[in-house]
Amino acid sequence: MIVIIDYGAGNTKSVTNALDRLDTLYELTEDSSKIKAADKVIFPGVGHAGHAMYSLREKNLVDVIRGIKQPLLGICVGMQLLYDRSEEGNTECIGLIRGQVTKFDNKELIVPQMGWNTNVLSNNKLFKGLGESTYLYAVHSYRAEVTSDTIATSVYGNEYASAVQSNNFYGVQFHPEKSSGDGQLIIKNFLEL
Amino acid sequence: MLAKRIIPCLDIKNGRVVKGTNFINLKDAGDPISLARHYAEIGADELVFLDITATLEKRKTLVALVEEIGKVIDIPFTVGGGISDIDLVDELLQNGADKVAINSAAIRNPDLINEVSGKYGAQCVVAAIDAKSIDDSWLVFSKGGTHNTGLDLFLWAKELVDRGAGEILFTSMNADGTKQGFEIDALKKLTEYVNVPVIASGGAGSINDFVTLFSETRATGGLAASIFHFGDVAIPELKQELYKNGISIRI
Repeated sequence: MIVIIDYGAGNTKSVTNALDRLDTLYELTEDSSKIKAADKVIFPGVGHAGHAMYSLREKNLVDVIRGIKQPLLGICVGMQLLYDRSEEGNTECIGLIRGQVTKFDNKELIVPQMGWNTNVLSNNKLFKGLGESTYLYAVHSYRAEVTSDTIATSVYGNEYASAVQSNNFYGVQFHPEKSSGDGQLIIKNFLEL
Repeated sequence: MLAKRIIPCLDIKNGRVVKGTNFINLKDAGDPISLARHYAEIGADELVFLDITATLEKRKTLVALVEEIGKVIDIPFTVGGGISDIDLVDELLQNGADKVAINSAAIRNPDLINEVSGKYGAQCVVAAIDAKSIDDSWLVFSKGGTHNTGLDLFLWAKELVDRGAGEILFTSMNADGTKQGFEIDALKKLTEYVNVPVIASGGAGSINDFVTLFSETRATGGLAASIFHFGDVAIPELKQELYKNGISIRI
């Protein structure tokens, strides 16, 4: 079973719609035993990183996520929360990916970044069947630093990590569920990991 | 590189797509779901649905429509039109809308912008502004362009951003329906004045109007309705031309 972590800080409907389009069964839950027993875990997130972490802690889900052994895909703020820290609300995050999430600080830059940006994709199973440079839809005001865990990059002002992987933990800054056919392929690839 | 966005707007009344000229003369231009699917397939970057229904059933039919759109459409979409309370925002976002556009309600109750932004984040709050150039100023109109609020477009846009709007959708009432081009001077000023994405609306009549918009202003999106619905401008051809003109665009 595919489990989507439902902790009150994710736009879960667009994720469930995308899974429906792929004829995939899933369960939306905050139940830690169901999360632990899942084949794959999707960890969505929108809004404020601090609020999202607060909500995870309230529901005692931080350690549950840290302990997951199956593939997990964090989306948008869900990816950012996998890092050590976010500058948004000076938030200590889950700490599964080394590095920091910081605000787009260039004064000339229109923030949030909103729209389709090109992503340079590495040779990772998540991107099987996609071109090296692919347009994907993203909306965010904070960006993750490029580290050795980075598996895709994009440029807005400066280069940032648009996808990461550390062991079984995957994260994407863009919204695959809103990125048309290419996004759907990324979700499909994740489900087939 | 971040691409400029081409955004068809579907004006909805009683579950059908309509588009007026200068806000009068509504014409039926199709079923919203099939039109939305068509636009997503031919390369629209986002969609905007504005519900102009003014009946008591509006709420229920709009939420149901949004749920249907979300099932079919795999690109982002914004829903607006008479959204005046956080409960409706909750329902629309929970049923699959990515963003809500708030217009007149923000004038009556500006705190609604803070409330929605605080709850869901600035990225899902589109502040829609209808404005008209009168003498030397740009004045904000509410209630579907019928009421002159006396507010200055630029100051109002700034306030909306300060309150938490993540995007501005600016419609020029002077240009709307004329097909004489976007309101370039006002857009130049507006996109320098606020630092969030600005979507230009009103006046698009040709491919060249979009080239001018993206070459001469910092607008990140161009919105139009009837020229797309009635085939005056085809989105694939529009995007090819923008690309040839050196504008960052998703093809």
